[in-house]
Amino acid sequence: MAAATQGRVAAVLSRLMQALPVVFGVVLVSFLLTRALPGDPAAYFAGDAATPESIAETRAKLGLDKSMPEQFLIYVGDLLSGDLGVSLSTGQPVTTELARRLPASLELTLVALVVSCGIAIPLGVLAATRPGSWIDHLCRVLVTAGVSLPTFFTGVALIYVFYYLLGVAPSPIGRLDFVYLEPDRVTGFFLIDAALAGDFETWLGALEQLALPAATLALFTLAPLARMTRAAMLSALSSDYVRTAKAAGLTTGKVLFGYAFRNALLPVVTTLGMVFSFTLGANVLVEKVFAWPGIGSFAVEALVASDYAAVQGFVLCMALLFVALNLVIDMAYAMIDPRIGFAAK
Amino acid sequence: MSALAEAPRARGAWAHVVYVLRDNPVTLLSFSMFAVILFAAIFGPALAPYDPLATDAASALQPPSASHWFGTDNLGRDVFSRALVATRLDLLISVAAVLLSFVIGSVLGAAAGYWGGWVDAGLSRVLDTIMAFPLFVLAMGIVAALGNTVENIVYATAIINVPFYARLVRAEVNIRREAGFALAARLGGNGHVRTLAFHIFPNALPPMMVQVSLNLGWAILNAAGLSFIGLGVRPPTAEWGIMVAEGANFIVSGEWWLAIFPGLCLMITVFTFNLMGDGLRDIVDPRRRT
Repeated sequence: MAAATQGRVAAVLSRLMQALPVVFGVVLVSFLLTRALPGDPAAYFAGDAATPESIAETRAKLGLDKSMPEQFLIYVGDLLSGDLGVSLSTGQPVTTELARRLPASLELTLVALVVSCGIAIPLGVLAATRPGSWIDHLCRVLVTAGVSLPTFFTGVALIYVFYYLLGVAPSPIGRLDFVYLEPDRVTGFFLIDAALAGDFETWLGALEQLALPAATLALFTLAPLARMTRAAMLSALSSDYVRTAKAAGLTTGKVLFGYAFRNALLPVVTTLGMVFSFTLGANVLVEKVFAWPGIGSFAVEALVASDYAAVQGFVLCMALLFVALNLVIDMAYAMIDPRIGFAAK
Repeated sequence: MSALAEAPRARGAWAHVVYVLRDNPVTLLSFSMFAVILFAAIFGPALAPYDPLATDAASALQPPSASHWFGTDNLGRDVFSRALVATRLDLLISVAAVLLSFVIGSVLGAAAGYWGGWVDAGLSRVLDTIMAFPLFVLAMGIVAALGNTVENIVYATAIINVPFYARLVRAEVNIRREAGFALAARLGGNGHVRTLAFHIFPNALPPMMVQVSLNLGWAILNAAGLSFIGLGVRPPTAEWGIMVAEGANFIVSGEWWLAIFPGLCLMITVFTFNLMGDGLRDIVDPRRRT
């Protein structure tokens, strides 16, 4: 038993080591993106009234007169100390800006993913167990239409229906209507903070604001998840071990959830990782539609203002988030399926 | 002898296509929708009833009517004409991007799959790094770094799609590297490059076509998304993403036609490409039907 635990710890450690080259690659790409900029950043930072001398001075100050490898080392050093540069448009350090806005994006993304998993997985399982029924057809229509929906368009359409026509949704601006006070910041997640403060009205207000953007994102992620669940369940249900389990007289529930579903879960978890990547991208669009003050809308503002440090910080932050998530998913694999050892990869 | 062997097989393949189309009318529908979209892209600018850029303050924000099928926008421009004309631009961006990633991905993937070794290892690392980014976010970063132009939207979309093609070709080439026909071609005096390009690579084309079709829809979504947040195509150019973005400002006051019609055009186009991709997959590889 001790040996097994030790093996597992070693496996987790080796998986962490495997993530290192990827993180290095991500940092390198984000460095190259900064340095590949057309034009001279020194001239840009020195301002319009710059003389050749002041440009040279700025260049030396920014470290741009050094060789590329040296610049890269400085960049990595800055990153390790949590310094992503200063945002030109807000004048604040990029790290502070990102940290302040990240909870808003994460709250939106996580709520959307939970909702879409909660709908997609049961839908996929039902469709697979009743092929040819109306629920199967519903699943198929949703799956094909869902992947074709541009997120920003779904958001706009939802606003029209639920805000303008039905009037049930609050005005699609920000995380909280101005009649409510922001809850005291503990986690930055309004739903959690309001619940901690025991302020039910604010909690409800935050939920109302969250409903439409989260539904937009959930609609977008529903399709790949439902599709994969259905396909994985179908192939699990037609397998030999399910036939054997049925022949042995196990109950339907046991066969369905103890045998088929557990095996079908692996490809679904893989898809979840991919879906998360899409969601992080789609987040940017949804945040713009709903004026959601997350890191996506921060990046969009930065893009428009050619605020490169902010864009770099955003891209890097998103990539690291995604790498971390893939790590978590690989760990989850080992929990779902004990056969998977990291050493074999 | 080859003619004898070829004839029934070709007929068999054609019969299979007919069978699949008859069995699955949705695929047939997707191909006809594709024809309509292609028609709109080629003849759209000639057919548009109004100049897509001509403003007319007198008839601003009119709801859909007989003279303006999709209504008019805040500057009095005809939404129908703009949506029609935009087809060409949106299609051009995505086709150019997919073509570029097809070519780059094929060359890189074929080289990695055929020669293996450090070429393969190096390419895999690079592809892993690209895939480590949320792809839309990477596209944003690339456009920001290269400059905010339409060409750079194409390059960014191409770069984020390269890994899909490269991996596919690599796998397809790799399993046929030592195949009898490849060895025979080598024995017949063909060089490595010739064997790879004319004997092994064509086998990867059917699955590639499926990928292309699915990818086209995705590339359109990507390009429209980028212009929605203000990158690439700039106003007043007619483009679906921008039109939705501009229309979004009016949706809260009830002028729905500005955003909904271009959005529907975008959706139907992507839907067509996705359906076509699924249909092509049924034809190419019936086992993977879902």
